[in-house]
Amino acid sequence: MADTQASPANAIRIRNLYKIFGPRAAQCVDLVKQGMSKAELNATHGHVLGLKDINIDMPGGGIFVIMGLSGSGKSTLIRHINRLIDPTAGEVIVGGEDVVKMNPHDLREFRRHKTAMVFQKFALLPHRNVLDNTVYGLEVRGLPRARQEQTAMRWIERVGLSGFEKSFPNQLSGGMQQRVGLARALANDAPILLMDEAFSALDPLIRMDMQSVLLDLQKEIRKTVVFITHDLDEALRLGDRIAILRDGEVIQQGTAQDIVLKPADDYIASFVKEVNRGRVIQVEAVMRPAADGAHRSALPVPAGTTLDDAARALALAGRDELAVTDASGRPVGILAMADLVTAMVPPGDARKGGAGPAG
Amino acid sequence: MRGGPEVAAPHSVILPHGNFRTGLAVRCDKTRGGRVMDWLTRFPHMNDDTLLLLKKTIDEGFRTFTRAYGDSIEAFFEPLQYFLIQSERFMTGTPWPIILLIVAVISWLASRSWRIVASAVVTLLLIGFFDMWEDTMKTISMIFVCTVLSIVLGLPIGIVMARSDRLQHLVNPILDVMQTMPSFVYLIPVVMLLGIGKVPGLIAVVVYAIPPMIRLTNLGIRQVDRDVLEAADAFGSSGWQKLKNVQMPLALPTIMAGINQTIMMALAMVVIASMIGVQGLGQPVLKAIANQYFTLGVFNGLAIVGIAIIFDRVSQAYGKRLQKHLEVVHG
Repeated sequence: MADTQASPANAIRIRNLYKIFGPRAAQCVDLVKQGMSKAELNATHGHVLGLKDINIDMPGGGIFVIMGLSGSGKSTLIRHINRLIDPTAGEVIVGGEDVVKMNPHDLREFRRHKTAMVFQKFALLPHRNVLDNTVYGLEVRGLPRARQEQTAMRWIERVGLSGFEKSFPNQLSGGMQQRVGLARALANDAPILLMDEAFSALDPLIRMDMQSVLLDLQKEIRKTVVFITHDLDEALRLGDRIAILRDGEVIQQGTAQDIVLKPADDYIASFVKEVNRGRVIQVEAVMRPAADGAHRSALPVPAGTTLDDAARALALAGRDELAVTDASGRPVGILAMADLVTAMVPPGDARKGGAGPAG
Repeated sequence: MRGGPEVAAPHSVILPHGNFRTGLAVRCDKTRGGRVMDWLTRFPHMNDDTLLLLKKTIDEGFRTFTRAYGDSIEAFFEPLQYFLIQSERFMTGTPWPIILLIVAVISWLASRSWRIVASAVVTLLLIGFFDMWEDTMKTISMIFVCTVLSIVLGLPIGIVMARSDRLQHLVNPILDVMQTMPSFVYLIPVVMLLGIGKVPGLIAVVVYAIPPMIRLTNLGIRQVDRDVLEAADAFGSSGWQKLKNVQMPLALPTIMAGINQTIMMALAMVVIASMIGVQGLGQPVLKAIANQYFTLGVFNGLAIVGIAIIFDRVSQAYGKRLQKHLEVVHG
């Protein structure tokens, strides 16, 4: 379920990536590798540890979310994928090629054809109208103007901006401006889409709206999307896989369900506590093994259904037990209404707040 | 105190200076009653003979340089001379109604404001009515050539400067010198090299007027939003594509302010340039100073003010129109 259509050509592998900010960064890498902490490095050498030993596999064709609070290094990390920031050490392998080792010409070609980026502050060209902004990537590539416009118009329409082609960015609302940013990135038709807090500057309703736009689009375009956010709900909603970053280190990687059900430490657990678990956890994660198809009264529900949807189905059908079925319709487990409801309540609440489910 | 008369003669200009210093020293001697504190009241300066020798050597060196290369330098500036003459011929040779029409059309295209067009036309009509048309045309021609030259030289310098902090640290003090050095001082070597005429005048004016062009180009490019530049990078723009698509368009309003300043400073130099043979509104002013013709001075001075206001309003209105879509509106 999580790794949709893994296509290795567009997969991104990050290996032993370090980023240290400061004039003598290269010398400090070894200190960090020997175990010096971020605070220690800053105090003794005046260098800032941006990223520490990042190892991430992003399968091709899926949405990979990197979540972290401000200062966690998430925006630094995404800028390593198209090398807007040079790493201090490590490899970023995209489709078998190490981005870190590319010369300026190859890097430019890589950015033109392999990646497209959407920015938190939109970063549109203020002197160009919507159409001329959308063609930017194609213009840089040197495509004929007619083709640029044809492609751009298709994406402008797809993101719902028809009729605004001649408007300038400062005449549009934030949500509309980010639609232009999205259209500009999609028009490039690059296999990798980098989204740096793309929806963070939008208000909640428009953000939900844009998330839906992205999920809808992703069903047809199947790009490798790297999505940065500080919002766990957004991460859980969008991400096929999620990595959580803190102080420049990855502290947990996995599917949304992994993170909600098995938070790696108290830090993540305290985040996860506030999450609507019913929307994230799927029935097969909390079911009991089926006892030889004995349960005739159970409502069949396909694996992969979220607890929310399952509960709704049960309530509508007026039953109190469901049978989880696999792709061929064979029951693989059963789940009673009572267990379902228990799973939807965060375990931390039962113990009266506290530090959450430690261990 | 001084060198021998045969040495001092060619440098008679510095003599009053020397006398003044001596006078001061004498007075101090009286009040302090002794030579003990002499080094406090009189700055312990370089040996007079050495100083004189230094000045003489530099002057002599420059004179030799002038004799050796004067002709080739003049030949180098030949195209400028041609440009100047052609421009002046056009401005003075074209019938005045056509010039008026051209000014009106340019004002309209730049400002899209009837008020500015009308005031430009009325100002020119008044200037013509008071019989200053010919001189005004010569001045406008001169300002035009100066501005074009300042843009052609200043824009690339400003762009290069914006790309390198080291170059900025190097160029900024030079620009400071160009702007604060009294213009008479750099008129001397220019006149020594090229004699009296249009080209030396043009060079003097450009030296004075080009710094704002360079400074504001540099500033404008440095102020371009980093986020937008990063986006251009992320889409794989080359250096030239970034300059052409992002930096120049976003810096344009600031660069327009630089052009505006350059024009204003060039106009301020009109009278000084007329001292070395530049024709136009400066010459009657010069004549008025020499002969105490009050009205002549005021009329020509007002004509300079008039065209300054036209240039200023038109170029500012154009700069403002460029800015229309550039402010980032959040919301």
